[in-house]
Amino acid sequence: MAKKGDWVLTHNIILTPQQRAPQVPEDTHGVPLEMWVKGHLTADAEIGDEVEIITRTGRHVRGKLLEVNPRYTHDYGEFVPELLEIGDTVRGILFGGDDK
Amino acid sequence: MKDMSYNAVMGRRAEIIKSAVGMDYSRFESGSIAFDYEGMMKATGLDINEVRRIQESFAIGHTPLIELKNITALARKMAPKGKGARIFIKDEACNPSGSFKARRAATSIYTAREMGYKGAIAATSGNYGAAVASICAMAGLKCIIVQECYDSKYIGQPEIIEKARKCEAFGAEVVQLSVGPELFYETLRMLEDTGYFNASLYTPYGIIGVETLGYEIAEQFRARFGKDPDAVVCTNAGGGNLTGTARGLRKAGCSAKVIAASVNLSGLHMASDTQFNKKSFTTGHTGFGVPFSTWPDRSDVPRSAARPLRYMDRYVTVAQGEVFYMTEMLASLEGLERGPAGDTSLAAAFSVAQEMDEDQCIVVQETEYTGAGKHVNPQLAFARKNGIDIHFGDPAEEVPGKSIILPAHPSLIKARDFNIEHMRHSLIKNAVASVDHAPTEEDIRFLAEEVQRDAAYVKAVLAGLKK
Repeated sequence: MAKKGDWVLTHNIILTPQQRAPQVPEDTHGVPLEMWVKGHLTADAEIGDEVEIITRTGRHVRGKLLEVNPRYTHDYGEFVPELLEIGDTVRGILFGGDDK
Repeated sequence: MKDMSYNAVMGRRAEIIKSAVGMDYSRFESGSIAFDYEGMMKATGLDINEVRRIQESFAIGHTPLIELKNITALARKMAPKGKGARIFIKDEACNPSGSFKARRAATSIYTAREMGYKGAIAATSGNYGAAVASICAMAGLKCIIVQECYDSKYIGQPEIIEKARKCEAFGAEVVQLSVGPELFYETLRMLEDTGYFNASLYTPYGIIGVETLGYEIAEQFRARFGKDPDAVVCTNAGGGNLTGTARGLRKAGCSAKVIAASVNLSGLHMASDTQFNKKSFTTGHTGFGVPFSTWPDRSDVPRSAARPLRYMDRYVTVAQGEVFYMTEMLASLEGLERGPAGDTSLAAAFSVAQEMDEDQCIVVQETEYTGAGKHVNPQLAFARKNGIDIHFGDPAEEVPGKSIILPAHPSLIKARDFNIEHMRHSLIKNAVASVDHAPTEEDIRFLAEEVQRDAAYVKAVLAGLKK
């Protein structure tokens, strides 16, 4: 249950596949244009409900409630060992050292 | 109630943009291909000193010019005897929002505030969004950034998600969309709804903001070495970075050659849902660089102030693997964690420097901040997760969307010349196709300026088109 005033993420369909711009490529034409916006809930609601939010600029936007206090999930990703090799190679060429 | 369908909103485009940029573009028009480009730039009423004063008021500019001594030394090991120009980098990441885009946003947002707008909207997935948000925070304006961010499976480019976070950190509202050019439609809807300023990347306000970057390079170089740099390399996408920098160099009377550099993403469709996450660069690539150079007025304003073919002396491309490699090299040899996208011009400079004499100097004119999501490791990890084959080898064999080939040896980093003549022809062809009559004499003079050639050149190209 999300409370009025909670900071939430909402989802909306802006254009259905039929409404999309004529110039979009075929694969894009097969899917809707979607939108994600964050804001404060104007009334208590459940996840999945159609809700209204007030965004940081004060706009009233309607959409489906996805998440309360949405978190950032991006990070530095799975380690890429090739990067160590790049560092070793360029240092080896420039500064010499252990058999490089 | 207003019709909000795609066609209806796009049909109101001209009036929405006119009220959202506070500039009537029709007064620069000739009614044909030609328009008064310099008149449009002058209509901002801002000269370089005024732009500097504005930027200084937002703590923007005067960024360090760093000599990359170790990278230069490495390039010389690959170069023929006597070759290997000194490589410098302008550390634009030191601007408040972490990139040169702060310059571009400053003049726009300053003007918006002067004109009495209460807020600004920018449609961008790049560093420009963070720049607009940062300046709006300083100027006390509201801010909405519209991003193309996710594919239809709700998988987002890590680099773009990080930029959304940064915009939100500056108090902006971030509207995220799935893949498609209708980003412009949604932006128009919001401009109409809010009455905010359209902080387009392509207005004259934005481009004159970048002029200080070129001007500073000339000043810093002269103060330290008593001469001009021989070449300046600009990462090229929409063309504003190169246009503004080159204009600034010219205003300083600087003789440096201007080289455009883009990541080669040929074969990938920029509006494709399924290809969206197959690329590892969301800007600085040929998918923007080539179409915006050959038809600048495809932007979100009636006439773009970014017209890079007027200013570039050469256009080179580099592979994604080369830019990632250079980004790691910059950290490993110079202790600078920057990029990756902004390091496109660095990869090009590493190669071009090897063609130049040792006593010459080449400047990479930007860096950008790095962070979670927006960094060589997460971007490569994301590519690997999306099935891109990442391995060491010859980057010349890289296939965008399928492989990222990290150079097996730094000597394999090669800037590849893009056919600039072909681009000049394309621009002329596109311009002619935009009107339903033969080009006028004024059009021919204008096109000559657009491609840095004379009227005879344009006429010869036109004659070739008729065949």
